[in-house]
Amino acid sequence: MEVTREALDDFRVRQLKARDMLRGDLEGEELERYVEQSVLTTTLDKAVKWARGNSFFPLTFGLACCAIEMMAIVGARMDIARFGWEAFRASPRQADLIILSGRVSIKMAPVIRRIYDQMLDPKWAISMGACCSSMGVFNNYALVPADKFMPIDVHVPGCPPRPEALMHGVLRLRDKVMGNESAGWRDRYAAYGTEEILGETSGESAAINVYQPGDTAGA
Amino acid sequence: MPDATGLELTAQELREAVPDSILDTEFHRGRAALVADPGKTHAVLERLRANGYTFLASLHGVDYYPEEPRLGVIYELLDMERVDRISVKARLATSEARIKSVVDIWVGANHPEREVYDMFGVVFEDHPDLRRILMPEDYEGYPQRRDFPVGGEPVLFTFNEEQSYGKWQ
Amino acid sequence: MAVSDGTTPPQDQLSDYRRREQSITISHEASQGDERHELLTLNIGPHHPATHGVLRLLATLEGEVVRDIMPIIGYVHTGIEKTAEDKSYWKVIPVVERMDYLAYYFNAMAFCGAVETLMGVDVPPRAQYLRVIHLELNRIMSHLVWLGTSALDLGAVSMFWYCFRERETILDLFEMSSGQRMHTRYIQVGGVFEDIPTGFAARLRAFLKEMPVRADQYADLLEKNQIVVERLRGTGIVDQPTLLELGVTGPLLRATGNPWDLRKAQPYSSYDHFDFRIPVGAVGDNYDRFRVRHAEMYESVKIIEQALEGLPEGPFITPDRKIALPPRHELATSMEALIHHFKLVTEGFRVPPGEAYYPLESPRGELGCFVRSDGSAKPARVHMRDPSFHNLQALAPMVRDGYIADLIATLAMLDPILGGIDR
Repeated sequence: MEVTREALDDFRVRQLKARDMLRGDLEGEELERYVEQSVLTTTLDKAVKWARGNSFFPLTFGLACCAIEMMAIVGARMDIARFGWEAFRASPRQADLIILSGRVSIKMAPVIRRIYDQMLDPKWAISMGACCSSMGVFNNYALVPADKFMPIDVHVPGCPPRPEALMHGVLRLRDKVMGNESAGWRDRYAAYGTEEILGETSGESAAINVYQPGDTAGA
Repeated sequence: MPDATGLELTAQELREAVPDSILDTEFHRGRAALVADPGKTHAVLERLRANGYTFLASLHGVDYYPEEPRLGVIYELLDMERVDRISVKARLATSEARIKSVVDIWVGANHPEREVYDMFGVVFEDHPDLRRILMPEDYEGYPQRRDFPVGGEPVLFTFNEEQSYGKWQ
Repeated sequence: MAVSDGTTPPQDQLSDYRRREQSITISHEASQGDERHELLTLNIGPHHPATHGVLRLLATLEGEVVRDIMPIIGYVHTGIEKTAEDKSYWKVIPVVERMDYLAYYFNAMAFCGAVETLMGVDVPPRAQYLRVIHLELNRIMSHLVWLGTSALDLGAVSMFWYCFRERETILDLFEMSSGQRMHTRYIQVGGVFEDIPTGFAARLRAFLKEMPVRADQYADLLEKNQIVVERLRGTGIVDQPTLLELGVTGPLLRATGNPWDLRKAQPYSSYDHFDFRIPVGAVGDNYDRFRVRHAEMYESVKIIEQALEGLPEGPFITPDRKIALPPRHELATSMEALIHHFKLVTEGFRVPPGEAYYPLESPRGELGCFVRSDGSAKPARVHMRDPSFHNLQALAPMVRDGYIADLIATLAMLDPILGGIDR
């Protein structure tokens, strides 16, 4: 149902490889690799990702006001069980998604890091709300943005984000896990070419909306 | 709230009972406040409690920077029988920010006094367990003093984007 | 970490984490008689499904019996009061709303009430009635969330969905009147942000007809339920003088029989125009707290009905242009309105110097806002006397000598909101 979009040149390369194979021009190692890629591994990989994306076990981790909206998403109106995510686990050992819902104070940050470390791979993190994504309404001494101490996959803006907004974030994460990352608004508005690609700088992005290859481009 | 005359009568009675305790009275927009000497605040509160103000509604600190004495501890008292409120204010200088704790009068003053200590640095003598309550135990500084910076992360625009902390990898 | 005979193990055997917590004194007294029992210190939280937020409890246990408990807070301390000193009065309202995050109208009302006292502003009667309607709706919503999560703690999982279904209806009403579900900034200094739209009254009436029916259904499910009664009746009892010493107000105090309610004792915002009763309990155990909060929902419905019927005509915010924004259509015609708008938005209104403490009755007790102004456009000190902060001190006497299961039930019935506790 999602429109999958792989990068254009990848498609072109595959097209050429397919043409070569049909012509009988691919041989040896190249041929083996082509067969591997297209037949089994891709399918198994995709199946595993599909299973993962549809059966997240979120951690019951409510910090502040966003937690109430997270509870609302569990409620009957915006039902997260539609996507198979209703099994909120209390123990981090059993969970694979941590939804940081609320403001992260400096006293809580090491606790969250410990909990995140206790989760088993593969694990994801959604930073829900403005307070943990950036500093939110309160830009002061007591808060830490979550990006400073743990890797976050999806940031959901809002204060607090409506359950629909969190649902959107949840679906984006699901897309990311299933390998169907879309380029977000750049896709919808065909705005390719507006990304700022910082060559080979370190992972630290200097500006907020910088597209690093292999990254959900800040959408 | 006692009206202005009631406040003056209370202040007078307290001055007689505990000499040199009430430095000033303030009556502003229906709120009655007594400014008490920090050394005698405990005795003043005991007397007020005996007079009927049995409920300690709030205990909090204020930083009156740049006026001296700089720190203030305010006690909001409530008389449930007569539905009356009165405030007692104790002004302290930063150099001698010590005041006697009222935990022996009201047990519920424990956490609020710890919060005033945490945020303003006022030491409450005879407090059973004076340590930081909201900030981490080893935090340095008293955040809610007016000269403590608000802190936070810089808001990023294109001119200062180097200050970004990046993403945790 | 087992601690026997009241001695602590040698320092090098303690973990790093435990050594950092050494400053916390824990009672090492043995229980009754000469028998020495092993005391176990158990750390509950800050991340725990039953702590209603990030509350950390250091429980000293003897078997399953709780001998002492020490709450450690500060895990969601946001420095809201410090941030509020940095912003103009209008901009403090959204910041302060996020303290007690289930009673956001109450936070805004306390702050606006304090500022209005300092400025001597008269709130028009229509605004007062609209405020009452929204405050009582917020009270019902807060009690619904409390009921849903508490029942979830006790094991009645389906109550969570029922209560949140009602909560969604209320949030729809909030969204109709202000555009936001939570933290609505609806209550402003001098009145409310906007008048209620058409259709709000009809929707509200439909909700008011449905709410008592639903509350009856919740009562049928829980009130005489064997499990609920056995877990809540007789547990967590503290007598009234102790609660008054601790500074506890609200449903916890009313459960012991003291009918202290600021809506009746020191009425604000035309609460004295409405006829409602105060539910009180008898014994002060968890069951009474549960019944008191449940009954308050019916009373709130009554208040809203009366406020809706008697809603007076008039402005919804004070006509004083130096405090409230002029209506948009005036900006096109009146130069003064434009100047007022400009001044209010850029600098904000100035408040004459003074201090004010404005108490009101929030779903958890007395919520008071202390505002000190020094004559400028920014407050010099904003402090919220949060009810949960003071109520939390009552937890220790409530759970002493009870089981851990009673601790969980008591914590649920205490209704702590960590946003208010930590601010």
